[in-house]
Amino acid sequence: MSAIIHGAGAATTLSTFKSIDSKKLVAPSRTNLPVRSKRFIVAGSDSSNGLSVRQSQKLIPNAVATKADTSATTGTGHELLLFEALQEGLEEEMDRDPHVCVMGEDVGHYGGSYKVTKGLADKFGDLRVLDTPICENAFTGMGIGAAMTGLRPVIEGMNMGFLLLAFNQISNNCGMLHYTSGGQFTIPVVIRGPGGVGRQLGAEHSQRLESYFQSIPGIQMVACSTPYNAKGLMKAAIRSENPVILFEHVLLYNLKEKIPDEEYICNLEEAEMVRPGEHITILTYSRMRYHVMQAAKTLVNKGYDPEVIDIRSLKPFDLYTIGNSVKKTHRVLIVEECMRTGGIGASLTAAINENFHDYLDAPVMCLSSQDVPTPYAGTLEEWTVVQPAQIVTAVEQLCQ
Amino acid sequence: MATSFSPTNLTTTVSLHGSQESRISLPIRLSPPSSFLGSTISLSVNSPRKLNASRRSPIVGVQEIVKQKKPTNSLLITKEEGLVLYEDMILGRSFEDMCAQMYYRGKMFGFVHLYNGQEAVSTGFIKLLTKTDSVVSTYRDHVHALSKGVSARAVMSELFGKVTGCCRGQGGSMHMFSKEHNMLGGFAFIGEGIPVATGAAFTSKYKRDVLKQNCEDVTVAFFGDGTCNNGQFYECLNMAALYKLPIIFVVENNLWAIGMSHLRSTSDPEIWKKGPAFGMPGVHVDGMDVLKVREVAKEAVTRARRGEGPTLVECETYRFRGHSLADPDELRDAAEKAKYAARDPITALKKYLTENKLANEAELKSIEKKIDELVEEAVEFADASPQPGRSQLLENVFADPKGFGIGPDGKYRCEDPKFTEGTAQV
Repeated sequence: MSAIIHGAGAATTLSTFKSIDSKKLVAPSRTNLPVRSKRFIVAGSDSSNGLSVRQSQKLIPNAVATKADTSATTGTGHELLLFEALQEGLEEEMDRDPHVCVMGEDVGHYGGSYKVTKGLADKFGDLRVLDTPICENAFTGMGIGAAMTGLRPVIEGMNMGFLLLAFNQISNNCGMLHYTSGGQFTIPVVIRGPGGVGRQLGAEHSQRLESYFQSIPGIQMVACSTPYNAKGLMKAAIRSENPVILFEHVLLYNLKEKIPDEEYICNLEEAEMVRPGEHITILTYSRMRYHVMQAAKTLVNKGYDPEVIDIRSLKPFDLYTIGNSVKKTHRVLIVEECMRTGGIGASLTAAINENFHDYLDAPVMCLSSQDVPTPYAGTLEEWTVVQPAQIVTAVEQLCQ
Repeated sequence: MATSFSPTNLTTTVSLHGSQESRISLPIRLSPPSSFLGSTISLSVNSPRKLNASRRSPIVGVQEIVKQKKPTNSLLITKEEGLVLYEDMILGRSFEDMCAQMYYRGKMFGFVHLYNGQEAVSTGFIKLLTKTDSVVSTYRDHVHALSKGVSARAVMSELFGKVTGCCRGQGGSMHMFSKEHNMLGGFAFIGEGIPVATGAAFTSKYKRDVLKQNCEDVTVAFFGDGTCNNGQFYECLNMAALYKLPIIFVVENNLWAIGMSHLRSTSDPEIWKKGPAFGMPGVHVDGMDVLKVREVAKEAVTRARRGEGPTLVECETYRFRGHSLADPDELRDAAEKAKYAARDPITALKKYLTENKLANEAELKSIEKKIDELVEEAVEFADASPQPGRSQLLENVFADPKGFGIGPDGKYRCEDPKFTEGTAQV
C-alpha cells in the first residue's frame, strides 16, 4: 500500500488513510521485552469531504514542546526537565550501588556545566563525584582503570567534543581491553556528555562524535532524546557491564515531560517507536527527532502518514524494529545531525540495504548535516543542520 | 568523610639521604576539615617565593642509604629473600632468552620486546608486592607478568597464541593480563597504561575512603624514558599527587626509545626531577642493582600504603638486546653496551650472595637448573596446547553480548548459533 494520493476530495483516498489517536502516539512505557510494533488503526470515515475529515482527525504533537503523558499506565508521575531526569537516574543508581561514581570537569562543586550532577557532590562527597583537572585522556583512562578494578565510573565530557582528547583511551582501552585480556577484565563505564549543534557555539563545540566512535569494537552507543528515555538509558547504561557512550544534546536539556514515579529502565539495544505510520519510515535520533516531528505535522496535513522511529541505539542498531517498519512501509528516510561522511546514517543505510533490500520500493535516503565545520553565524548554522522543510521535501520525493 | 591528609605538618621526604634527614615542609594553611581533595600548598601572593628555596634539596641515589644502612655485619636481605630474588631474575632472563629462540624458530610472531638486562627493576619492585597489589606495564611486559606470579606456561602459551594463554591467545606479547594476579596489562601504546594504573590506585583510595574497607593495595606503573615526554605521564603525575593516590611511577630509563636516545629527545634528561615539580618525591636509583632498587621500592611502597601519596622512581637501567626482536640495534655504541653488560644485575646479585655467604654456587646452580626446566616445560606446554577455535572469535568482545544488538528476527544476535560458532558477520 505505497501509493499516496495527493489532493483532496476523492472519496477513495480516505479508505487508505489511517489516522492516529494522539494518546497512543507516544510510545508506551517500556519494559525489557522485545519490541513489537504497535499499529493503531482508526478507520477513516468516507465522507466525500476528504480534507476536512483528515484535518479534524489529525492530532500531532508539537515539535519541541511538551510531550503527551507517557505514564498513561500508572496515571501518576512527576514532571521534570531532561537534565533533571538524567540527574535523577544517576542519583538513583548511585544510591543503589556504592561503586557508582562520577568523574569529570566541574561535575562536583559546580554541579556540572549543564547541571546534570547538581547537588550530587554535597550528597555523596568529593571522591564519589570527582572534580578532575582538565586532562580528558588521563581521567578517562583513570575511569577505565577504576572500572577494571571494581568501580563503575560515569565519566563526563564537558562537551562531547572534548572527548576527542580521550580518543586514545576510549578506542584502545575502553573498547578493547575486555577482548585483549581474554575476557578477564570488564569495563562497565558510562561515558556521557552533551554534543550536537547548539546555538552558535562555534565549530569545535558543535561536534557530533557518534560517527568517530561508531567503529570502535566493544562499545555501545545510545542517544537520549526525551526525559523519559534519558533517565531510562542512563540507568541502563550504568547497570550494563559493557562500556556505553551516552550522547546527550545541548539543546534538549530543558525539555519537559512527565515521567513515571516508579523505577524503570530503557533497553539499551532497542529503538523507540515515536509515531506509527504507513507510508514511510523515518529513522532519526536525538534532536532531529523534534525536527522530524515538526515536519510530520506538515506531512500529515498534506496527507502523508510517516512512521517515525527514534533509533536510540546508535551502535548496535535495532534491526528488528527498523526491519518491521521497512517491511511495512517500503520506504526509508534517515534524518540525522551527524556528518554525511561515515556517519550513523551512512552505516544505517548500509545495514538496511544489506538486510532489507527486497522490501524497499525506493532507495534509502539520508539527510545529514553538511560536511562543514559548523559555522558561527546563525544563518549558516541553520543551513548546516537538517531543517523540517527539507524533511518534508524528502518525504514527498520518496513517496512519489 | 574521607580525609586525604592530616591538617598538621605535612612533610614530604624528598631525599633518601641517610645522615641528614632533609625534609621539606610544605607550608599548610589549616584547611577546612574533612573532604578537601586537592593541593595543600598555599600560594602566598605577598612574599614572592624564591625560585630555588626550600623546595630544592639534594636528591641522592640510594647508594648512600645502602652504604649508610649496612654496618659491617648486617645485610640487606636474608638468605630466603636472596634466593627468591635470584630465582625471579633468572626466570626473567631465561624466559626472555627462550622467547628469542622461539621467535626465530617461527613459534611466535609480531612485535616481541625483551627485558634482558632490566630484571633488577621488575624483581626489585614486584617481589615486595602482595597478590592484591596491581602492576601496570608496557609492551615490555613478559617479566613483569612473571614476577607478579603469572605462570611461565600461561605467558608462553599467550606468546604462541594458544587458548591456554593468560589472555586466551587474544592479547599477545604486548597485552599480558591476569585478573588473578592483578596484572593490569600490557599496553602497546606508550603511556596508555599510566592512566589505567592511576585508576587502579583510585579504586584503592575509593575502597578505603568511600566504601570504608581496609584497603592498602598499591599500584606500580612501569614505563620507559620515552614515555616521560608524553602528556599522559604528566597528567597522571598531577592527578596522583593531587588525590594522594597509592601509586608508584617507575621509570625504566634504559636511555633508548627504539633508536631515539633519551638525551636527544628530552630537554631535561633527569626524570626524577619531574616528581617534585608535581609535589611528590622523585628518586633516582641504580637500576642494575636489585638491592638498591628494593630499598627504594620499600620506602615508596610503604609511603603509598600509609596514604602519603605517589612517588616517582627513576631507575637507570639498560636493555641488552634491541628494542624488539625486529630491531637491528645498530645505533647503540658497543662501548656503552659493554659498560652495562659488566653491570649485569644477575651477576651482581650472585656476587653479593656468594661473597656474603648467603648462598653457595651449588644452590644457585640448582636454581638455574630448576628454572631451565620450568621454561622448557612451559614451551612444551605451549606447543601442545590447542590454537583458538573459530568459536572464540566473537566471544569477549562484549562483557554482555547483548551489545551486539537485536537482529532482524527480533532475537538478540548473540543468541544466533553462528555467534557461538564464530561465523556470524558482526
